[in-house]
Amino acid sequence: MGGEMSKQKIVVIGNGMVGHSFIEKLVASEHYDNFEVHTFCEEVRVAYDRVYLSSYFSGKTAEDLSLVKPNFYEDNNVTIYIGDKAVDIDRKAKIVTSESGIKIAYDKLVMATGSYSFVPPITGNDRDGCLVYRTIEDLDAIQAAADKGSVGTVVGGGLLGLEAAKALTDLGLKTHVVEFAPRLMPVQLDEGGAALLKRKIENLDITVHTSKSTTEIIDGDDCLNKMVFADGESLETDIVLFSVGIRARDDLAKKVGLELGPRGGIVIDNQCLTSDTDVYAIGECALHDGMIYGLVAPGYAMAQVVVDQLNAKVASFEGVDMSTKLKLMGIDVGSVGDPHGTDEDAMSYVYENGPEEIYKKIVVSRDGKKLLGAVLVGNAEDYSNLLQLMLNEMDLPEHPDALILPSRDGGGEDLFGPDALPASAQICSCFDVTKGDISDAVDAGCCTMSDIKSTTQAGTGCGGCIQLVTNVLNSELANRGVEVNTDICEHFGHDRQGLYHICQVEEIKTFADLLDKHGKGYGCEVCKQAVGSIFGSLWNSYALEADKIQLQDTNDNYLGNMQKDGTYSVIPRVPGGEITPQKLIVLGEVATKYKLYTKINGGQRIVLFGAQMNDLPEIWQALLDAGFESGQAYAKSLRTVKSCVGSTWCRFGLDDSVTMAIDLENRYKGIRSPHKMKMGVSGCTRECAEAQAKDIGLISTEEGWNLYVCGNGGMKPRHADLFATKLTQEEVFRYVDRLLMFYIRTADRMQRTATWMDNLEGGLSYLQDVVINDSLNIGEELEQQMAGLMASYACDWQTALESPSFIKRFRSFVNVDSKAEQLFVEERGQIRPATEQEKLDGIAIEVREIA
Amino acid sequence: MVGFKKVCSVNDLVKNSGVAALVESIQIALFYVDGEVYALNNFDPVGKAFVMSRGMVGDLNGHLMVAAPLYKQHYSLKTGKNIDDEDAPSIEAYETKIENKQVLVKI
Repeated sequence: MGGEMSKQKIVVIGNGMVGHSFIEKLVASEHYDNFEVHTFCEEVRVAYDRVYLSSYFSGKTAEDLSLVKPNFYEDNNVTIYIGDKAVDIDRKAKIVTSESGIKIAYDKLVMATGSYSFVPPITGNDRDGCLVYRTIEDLDAIQAAADKGSVGTVVGGGLLGLEAAKALTDLGLKTHVVEFAPRLMPVQLDEGGAALLKRKIENLDITVHTSKSTTEIIDGDDCLNKMVFADGESLETDIVLFSVGIRARDDLAKKVGLELGPRGGIVIDNQCLTSDTDVYAIGECALHDGMIYGLVAPGYAMAQVVVDQLNAKVASFEGVDMSTKLKLMGIDVGSVGDPHGTDEDAMSYVYENGPEEIYKKIVVSRDGKKLLGAVLVGNAEDYSNLLQLMLNEMDLPEHPDALILPSRDGGGEDLFGPDALPASAQICSCFDVTKGDISDAVDAGCCTMSDIKSTTQAGTGCGGCIQLVTNVLNSELANRGVEVNTDICEHFGHDRQGLYHICQVEEIKTFADLLDKHGKGYGCEVCKQAVGSIFGSLWNSYALEADKIQLQDTNDNYLGNMQKDGTYSVIPRVPGGEITPQKLIVLGEVATKYKLYTKINGGQRIVLFGAQMNDLPEIWQALLDAGFESGQAYAKSLRTVKSCVGSTWCRFGLDDSVTMAIDLENRYKGIRSPHKMKMGVSGCTRECAEAQAKDIGLISTEEGWNLYVCGNGGMKPRHADLFATKLTQEEVFRYVDRLLMFYIRTADRMQRTATWMDNLEGGLSYLQDVVINDSLNIGEELEQQMAGLMASYACDWQTALESPSFIKRFRSFVNVDSKAEQLFVEERGQIRPATEQEKLDGIAIEVREIA
Repeated sequence: MVGFKKVCSVNDLVKNSGVAALVESIQIALFYVDGEVYALNNFDPVGKAFVMSRGMVGDLNGHLMVAAPLYKQHYSLKTGKNIDDEDAPSIEAYETKIENKQVLVKI
């Protein structure tokens, strides 16, 4: 096999999500060399993500939505005909003809023609402003119509309809949802769940009309259109967006005589074969066992089945479970199995919490042993557990209602441990990760959530399965008898948190003491730095004290950041990025005097580079004299609080972000933490300070500050999570005090807040519980500890300069007064370190030679 | 070949840490652990800068070591060899002794 001659020709009609997924899977398959692939794409752009279509209105571009990696088709020798539709198939000669007249022969044909939005046959359904929601062109049309109108109405209160309603509100339209059935999401939800969902959606200023049948659409009085309902009422609206369901695009199949279902859809068997054994159909154009799947996951599953067969493997599509969990406009909704209890013997349990707006129902078999279905609205945390129980037909606990009742006294958490799940149990549905996959990953050496996420992708999609993944991971580790070795290094049998508690409880204040009582050997750069930071956090110990010197890496030790050539950077604190002209002049003078390279860094501060160790004390003395203080850029502690201009100057600012940033920076400066911390404050939702990319972020709203936590930029950027809203400054400080102190106490070494939170069992909601609700009853203690640290703050450089013994450390050599040779070259009017070659070539010069 | 040279007083050293000295125009790093002094060349062969005296001192698998401050390779205080990777560049180590509270190094 494998020669040019023997290549099997595969033609794929349709380049939607499923068509593209098929090609991706085929390219990745074992015998891809044996195939030659051609595909027709009717739209003017290659496959894009329709699931996140509404994000087009919240800022994503068509390019962002594209599913095709650049050059993917070229690189893999896939021929794609963009903007050219397949119009005929000669099944006898096995040739596909396109609109433009291209003819391609095939050995196997894959129909992935997808579906179209069904527009109900209502008089006036083709009027201006009557649109559907399916393609990017549809979105452009909706956008154009929205620019002219102010009211939008979605016809259809199902999953897609509600997604479309979100899109309309994002466009700033007054939005209505009109549903024919007596409730929203009639397929997935029962009456109680739907009623709560309706209430929640109406809180978002979207009006929901149920049991409404539209009879015609006519000229409106105030708006472009008026919808007239069977009950005689009417609704004025500019846009009418139909989202009542999909219909298979089976016209080509019909034309060439493939078997269709009575109400459309290309009939396929479990192998995804149509009535022609050389033609497959996959995705929303296919009718399997009387069912057209309007979701993408079953389409992907069908694609895999076809790819497997082309690779000569046995595979079949047996239908998929239609359970869904989603966040609709911020509202958690989950539907598992059959939520309606259509089996007449079924029994149900319902839990409704009015004040907190939570609704849960489970449907169980007559004997109470098996779960048949569930509905969750307002809180879908139980979704993955319930889904596993149903899919794996696991036995329910004695009192099944315990599955949905809140566990208030901490008890009854674990009714069905992960051990009970079979290896085949799907844990992450976004990336089809099974318990077996996680188990394999653990065998291959994964032992943290971060490892699991990067190895298996589990939990990186919707994130709904994180708790379950964590549980599975922990139990897999425990089952292997792997006591996870969290020892910080060979010198201590504890992790950072353990060492922190030991030092706190036993009031240990020196490394020698700690090593003596709890460790062995001399220590190393890992444990020493961690302990140095712990002493800093606990006792505000000073880095240059005799017994602390050895605990600091060079940055902390010389109160500057060592650069590649052994020189240091000098970064004075500029709280909130606000600086007087006088101070700017001083920075300029100091930089000129010591021939330093200057640059503004990413944290709204000015950095002076190239300072030699022995010049540091003089440089800092000059800066301190001008009123500067250390910026602690060398330390694992608060770096900067970035701020926008704020309400004092900005036309849009809602609150004084600069003052808030300065207050925050002064409040938390100098406090040593497990890793660096960054903060940001924006005066309005335009978010110029990028507060959502910070460990702590504040955004001003008309009703107060919104607090975001645990974000970061850097190598793995992570958006911060919204933690609490509408806060006063006092509340902000209280929450941040508690949160940071809790982080300092419990995080591992070199763990940023984001990883810390991801690894906390319960993640964000647990953290909210600890900080906002004080669930551990340590709130006051944390605040006091923070207050103690703030009270004992001193500028590191001030302390150093006050003591000759500290300053001794900054001599270049202990035995002579001369300073070390340091070579630079000039570039754009400033110095930069010389390269090895420049040193050899003799181009490099010492700074004192620079005039 | 020069014999032992007096470099500095023991009081100039920092316990469990390093200092730099200039001997015969050679930069050396002096480390002071458990009453013993160790001397290595101050040049970091990977980072290509004179910074070894500013590394953190400790032990790994029974070897006293210093971690290069730029990229954290571990070098034996006694031999100057890279502990993590035998084939990686090593640092020249010098013989030392303490006499009458004075530090002597053989360059």
